[in-house]
Amino acid sequence: MPKMIEIKNVTKSFNGHRVLDGVNLTINTGETTVIIGRSGCGKSVLLKHIIGLLRPDSGHILIDGKDITAMDEKALSALRMKFGMLFQGAALFDSLNVLENVAFSMIEHTNATSNEIEKRVKECLSLVGLRDIEDKKPAELSGGMRKRVGLARAIALRPQIILYDEPTTGVDPIMGDSINDLIVELHNKLKVTSIAVTHDMTSAYKIGDRMAMLYNGKIIASGTPEEIKHTKDPIVRQFITGASKGPITEGIDFEHLI
Amino acid sequence: MRAIISTLARIAGGLGHRFIDIVRYAGGVSILMVQTLFWIPIPPLRTRQTIEQMSKIGVDSFPIVSMISMFTGMVLALQSAYQLQRFAAEMYIASLVAFSMTRELAPVLTALIVAGRVGASITAELGTMKVTEQIDALETLATNPVKYLVVPRFLALVIMVPILTLYADLIGIMGGYLIGVYKLGISHAMYMKNTWDPLKYKDIWTGLIKSVVFAVIVCIVACYEGMTTEGGAEGVGRSTTASVVTSFILIIASDCFLTALFYFIGR
Repeated sequence: MPKMIEIKNVTKSFNGHRVLDGVNLTINTGETTVIIGRSGCGKSVLLKHIIGLLRPDSGHILIDGKDITAMDEKALSALRMKFGMLFQGAALFDSLNVLENVAFSMIEHTNATSNEIEKRVKECLSLVGLRDIEDKKPAELSGGMRKRVGLARAIALRPQIILYDEPTTGVDPIMGDSINDLIVELHNKLKVTSIAVTHDMTSAYKIGDRMAMLYNGKIIASGTPEEIKHTKDPIVRQFITGASKGPITEGIDFEHLI
Repeated sequence: MRAIISTLARIAGGLGHRFIDIVRYAGGVSILMVQTLFWIPIPPLRTRQTIEQMSKIGVDSFPIVSMISMFTGMVLALQSAYQLQRFAAEMYIASLVAFSMTRELAPVLTALIVAGRVGASITAELGTMKVTEQIDALETLATNPVKYLVVPRFLALVIMVPILTLYADLIGIMGGYLIGVYKLGISHAMYMKNTWDPLKYKDIWTGLIKSVVFAVIVCIVACYEGMTTEGGAEGVGRSTTASVVTSFILIIASDCFLTALFYFIGR
């Protein structure tokens, strides 16, 4: 399988605290890879490295064979047109309505006429199961709808890679599951390479073709959901079963919380 | 002895940290300034956003600028009357008000009003965008945040603050006129003559140069504070306070510097 994204030995520290400590991960074209790990373990940081929002202290990230760590702002900007990203809180622009949000990159980077833009926005919104909300402001939408609009904005320019930062966090389980369905559906329809970071195992099993677990700044396991499910690694086991006792929490006493 | 040494070490360490913070701040602000200047001429020019900001920053500031400069002009006239009446020199009230307003008070007061009213709102808006990842989202949509967010605000401030300052000049002089003519009994013709005759172009344009410098300070400090905000709602509050306080200090400090500069090159 051709490789879309290669992450090689990436390290990153914030204020002397090492968040990524030699991450190695390869993501194949057309697959959905789910990166799992505890809250605050650096999953989102890793995701932001892939789209060049953060630069690694050392190591390389290759997108389609091109090293983005060596790129200047302009080349990076051009490369980002290949990406769509759904942020945790959707990150819609409050000052713009839904239409302007979804059409943002079309207005900014293409010469599309307003008719074409409207048509494409309708199409993207219907892909995420929404209609007739073009004139609403983000503040008027529910959390789930905001995520859907965020997703519509991410796919507006037909990206080759979609990144999801905690797609099911902050919405109720039913909406969460419908977002999972949406991710799978988009993946099948648009033939994109997707990367999702999450700590929601239900979501991870549902959307992932492959899984990788980030722990202590390293990828400690990767494989198909089946392989991960039957892993012998005690750390991975503890995480996927959600046990409070195990190697991850060794030395941490939860008794006082009870 | 050991306690003293460790206390001294702590103080020195604290000072060192402070110093590093200041250097980092100055560096960050300078980089943002250079980036802003770099992005101004690069198309698209975003006229619509700039005009929107001009209306938000400038036009909406007219009422408060009017009120404050009117009162300041009146107070100036009254305070100087208190002194000058002793020498029967009330006719100088007019020129005193005119000079003080154009050279000093109109630019500084306008800048302080703008820093409090506009600088704070810029920081709060950009800070909220930062903590809700909207600025990251802009970048992922291949749009440079400095170009999209900072440049329109920069242009709007640099154009509108001098206009507001000129307006404040006029209103302040009018305030002085009201007191001078209707309260102190100076004749209309006399007051006008004593206002406009001694006033030179230089008095006006030094005030305007100041106002441009203040506009740059307010914009860059507010945008920098906003774009480096961290820590949710609390962080937005913190950087908004920091933005206003830093702008105030820098406005007054640069005013002192510029006044001295104009004083010496004017001789």
